[in-house]
Amino acid sequence: MQSLIWLAIALPLASAAVLLLAGRRADAWGHWVGVAASGAAFLVGFFALIEMLGKPAEERALDTTLYTFIPGSDLQVDVGLLADPLSITFVLLITFVGTLIHVYSVAYMEHDKDRRRFFAYLNLFVAAMLLLVLADSYLLLFVGWEGVGLASYLLIGFWNHKPEYATAANKAFVVNRIGDIGLIIAMGIMFTTFGALDFATVGQLAGNASTTTLTAIGLALLLAACGKSAQFPLQSWLGDAMAGPTPVSALIHAATMVTAGVYLIVRSAPIFNGAPDAQVVVAIVGAITLTLGALIGMAKDDIKKALAASTMSQIGYMMLAAGLGPIGYAFAIFHLVTHGFFKAGMFLGAGSVMHAMNDQVDMRRFGALKGAMVVTWVTFGLGWLAILGVPPFSGFWSKDKIIESAFVGEGWQPWVFGLTALIGAGLTAFYMSRLFFMTFHGKARWTDEVHPHESPALMTVPMIILAVGSAFLGLFLAVGDRFSHFLEPVTGHVEHHEPVLPVPVIMAATLILVAAGAVFAWLKYGRAEVAEEAPAGSLATITARNDFFQDSVNRAVFQRPGQHVTRTLVYADAAIVDGAVNKQARGWASIGEASRKVQNGQVRSYAATMLVGLVIVVAVIVVGGL
Amino acid sequence: MNFVTPTIDWAALTPIIIVLGAAAVGILIEAFVKSPATRRTVQLGLAVVALAAALGVVIAQWATLEGAGTVAMAGMLTVDRQALAWMSILLVFGILAMLLFASRDGGGAFTELGASTPGSLEEKLARRAGLAVTEVYPLALFAVGGMMLFTCVTDLVFLFVALEVFSLPLYIMVALSRRRRFLSHEAALKYFLLGAFSSAIFIFGVALVYGATTVTNLDMIGRGATMIADADPILLAGAVMVVVGLMFKIGAVPFHSWVPDAYQGAPTPLTAFMGAATKAAATAALVRVMFVAFAPLEWELSWLIWAVAIASMVLGTVVALVQTDIKRMLAYSAVAHAGFILVAFAGLEGEALTALPFYLLAYGLGTIGAFAVVSQVRERAEDGGVGAEAVRLGQWAGLGKRSPLLAGSMALFLLSFAGIPLTAGFIGKFEAFSAAVAGGAWVLVLIAVLASAVAAFFYVRLIVLMFFTDAPEGAEEVIAIEDSALTRTVIYVTAVAILILGILPAGVLDLFADASVLLVNAG
Repeated sequence: MQSLIWLAIALPLASAAVLLLAGRRADAWGHWVGVAASGAAFLVGFFALIEMLGKPAEERALDTTLYTFIPGSDLQVDVGLLADPLSITFVLLITFVGTLIHVYSVAYMEHDKDRRRFFAYLNLFVAAMLLLVLADSYLLLFVGWEGVGLASYLLIGFWNHKPEYATAANKAFVVNRIGDIGLIIAMGIMFTTFGALDFATVGQLAGNASTTTLTAIGLALLLAACGKSAQFPLQSWLGDAMAGPTPVSALIHAATMVTAGVYLIVRSAPIFNGAPDAQVVVAIVGAITLTLGALIGMAKDDIKKALAASTMSQIGYMMLAAGLGPIGYAFAIFHLVTHGFFKAGMFLGAGSVMHAMNDQVDMRRFGALKGAMVVTWVTFGLGWLAILGVPPFSGFWSKDKIIESAFVGEGWQPWVFGLTALIGAGLTAFYMSRLFFMTFHGKARWTDEVHPHESPALMTVPMIILAVGSAFLGLFLAVGDRFSHFLEPVTGHVEHHEPVLPVPVIMAATLILVAAGAVFAWLKYGRAEVAEEAPAGSLATITARNDFFQDSVNRAVFQRPGQHVTRTLVYADAAIVDGAVNKQARGWASIGEASRKVQNGQVRSYAATMLVGLVIVVAVIVVGGL
Repeated sequence: MNFVTPTIDWAALTPIIIVLGAAAVGILIEAFVKSPATRRTVQLGLAVVALAAALGVVIAQWATLEGAGTVAMAGMLTVDRQALAWMSILLVFGILAMLLFASRDGGGAFTELGASTPGSLEEKLARRAGLAVTEVYPLALFAVGGMMLFTCVTDLVFLFVALEVFSLPLYIMVALSRRRRFLSHEAALKYFLLGAFSSAIFIFGVALVYGATTVTNLDMIGRGATMIADADPILLAGAVMVVVGLMFKIGAVPFHSWVPDAYQGAPTPLTAFMGAATKAAATAALVRVMFVAFAPLEWELSWLIWAVAIASMVLGTVVALVQTDIKRMLAYSAVAHAGFILVAFAGLEGEALTALPFYLLAYGLGTIGAFAVVSQVRERAEDGGVGAEAVRLGQWAGLGKRSPLLAGSMALFLLSFAGIPLTAGFIGKFEAFSAAVAGGAWVLVLIAVLASAVAAFFYVRLIVLMFFTDAPEGAEEVIAIEDSALTRTVIYVTAVAILILGILPAGVLDLFADASVLLVNAG
């Protein structure tokens, strides 16, 4: 099955094509085709994993060249897929979580007249995302990278009859384009330096390149990762992207697409291993984002935006881990996988709550939902325990390792990164508990017309499965470090490093901070009365509530000067460039008109043209040759 | 004088014999099958079956070919992989063209009675009697057979014979348009006169070459040319004239004057066939002549190639910009493409032997598809039925809304002409220009790329017109024929082929890479 891994991409892609081309005819059954395609892709990935596990560790990677786009020239472009432990991990995460979310969407989107189109886009996303992670070269990865960007754009703006949703889609697209420029620049430098864009060659030759070149490539890749993964300073689109239907937020903006940046960094390990400066920048970006996301999450009252802030923050953790180098790569991916489960589960839970509450998202009008929606409450609760890092739930195993690794190193770095990660864990506990208590506990603050009820089985079953994953997946993968060993052929073997603080101390400190955060949240939002209207709040709250004024900053720093530059350029373009172009175009047109006169329809003048042409050519060649 | 009968390798000639034989049978059918309707069916069936059978034989020959190929007819013919590749391209074009010929949209593209005076009572009677000029099928078969010969002939005199075999049927068929018959007659006469003129130049060139080398076999000429010290003016003049004769058929500037008039006047299905197949056959012959006979004169002839290539690209593009008639616009685009084709000849690199078949395949499929679309966009006749083709560009406004599939296919063909990636045209241009770069002609390639960029303008303008412009209020009604199964099949098949060749070109490129060896023989 490993060599047939292309089927995993082809099936959802074909399904997307069928659903889009079949039109209204497929309305009745189209969504089930979508579910089946995603499920089949999962089976392909699953059997590929089985086959892979049957081989010794060093032989597990299989690079299949599907075809050569342009053979035999300097620019040999191969279309090939790489199925190795890293990519298969992603394939399983994407298709497993993806299939559950497909099933969930069947019920969630039941009353939407465009459900078929929605599933077509979801399938398109799955196909593009699988192409992204299975590509064996940066060029093909870029195709998938743009594909998920397109699918994300289409799905954020799925309800584009509301202008602000369409704007959110545009914003996500534009910000992502900025990141894409990074990837294009990185590919340009790689092509001039290594003469190739496939991972194997780049990995092989990276050792010979200068540190400056590698740092440049690394920073360009980081820019790309920041755009896709909503990392500082390109984080502004993720909150607005919650305009999309909730299953989309769960799949694309929590579990899979937004983690593509982390994948890119880990996949580019040979580059970053040779560029320590770039690695530090990656870690700094991760540290900033994890703090920023946590602070924003503390102030948001919109349940989806709070979860989005949390996603940003958790990906910050992964970035931080990826920036630590080989000791962090495996843990970054580990946390990515567990996060994919618990965050997707919580988003589906949020969707279930919205389903019950007439699509309201303001947590100040929730409260006491645990009685009305037991399944949602329990499954969300398991996700909540997981993200807090309470042992033995999933998040504990992955996040604790990242915090531990952040304390490894020399000089200022372990203290800054380690303490940031540590404090971040406390903040996470506070804002996630706030969200949980405000939604499910305390007094009911419902608006008059809502009558909460549990969601149908098509929605609750996926939530239950994800909740089971949130609870036990971390433990399962952490036993004997089996996941780290599985990834070792890709991320490299690492000797054990001692953190600057003893491990039990770090672990104890983490748990104490988490407990403190949760208890504080309980006192403030569980036991105490929650105001139905948001209080004015302190300056800090207002700042966080407004996403640290990221839009205003962008407007002042980029948009306004950008507009001025654009206006100047437009003027210069119209006056100078267009002037010249128009003049020469007029020139060409007049030449064209003149030549038309030669084409006068007289056969004798045609023959004369030929003869004159022949005479001139013979004269030049024969006389010139003499 | 002792004349030895040459042994003829009939097996190697089977595909050509099938096509020419079917053409001869077709003439007999004209005499013996009385009902026009039956005749059309029989002729179409015969033509398609013959072409398909020939294609099958070509493929079988490709599979079983031993060594570099077979020399047949005392060294006057060589069947090597290069020739087989060109033959299969021509046969594919032939089959597609036959389907277009047979299409009966608005009474069909061909006149009822070629010998009648336009507008006369005789014409009306013929129309009422339901007559049809079914001679076009055998004529087209003769043309295809001649073109196939053209790709494998290795003797200048025989080359001339093949040239006439495929040209004469084309002259006749250009005159057989059903509508705008005067224009069609005029085009045919011009094409014939200029064709005769170019044939004269060609045969004059052959005479001069023979005078300088005393041989007409291509390989012998090549060897002779190597031995002649310095450039012999007689040989040079002869070589230039032979090449010019072929450039006429390709439609390169300044030997292009016939192209716009003939393309415009000819019945559109024939324009499709002529635009695709004549260019391919002439390119195939030029490949053989340039690589085998005149390779030693490469330096001297490179001036000719450069000058004509640049002139064709620039003039074709610039004049296409100001055309208002879609068939003339495509004709000038064909002239520009003649320039791009010649670019691949710069430096006479081996890559060109792979690039040129691919380029012509891509270009020919696009041409057949584009003219097939042109034949579907019609004016409304006075009696409310399907009228003449709507050829003014303005009439195409808003077509994309009314017939999205038709306009979408046209857009694809235009993008392929423009050389936009993921279409066959891009790969063709890429390969052709790589061949020229390998030959050191990067300045020529630079000009070619710039010309492509300018040319993209008028292709995209038509796309914009079709999709983003509304038909003006009160404009006369333009209808797209929606129920023509044959033409639609051709359009969709070519569109899909263009996409496949654009996305998965490797298979076909590999085949043509196998074909990049020319069998050289002294006979």
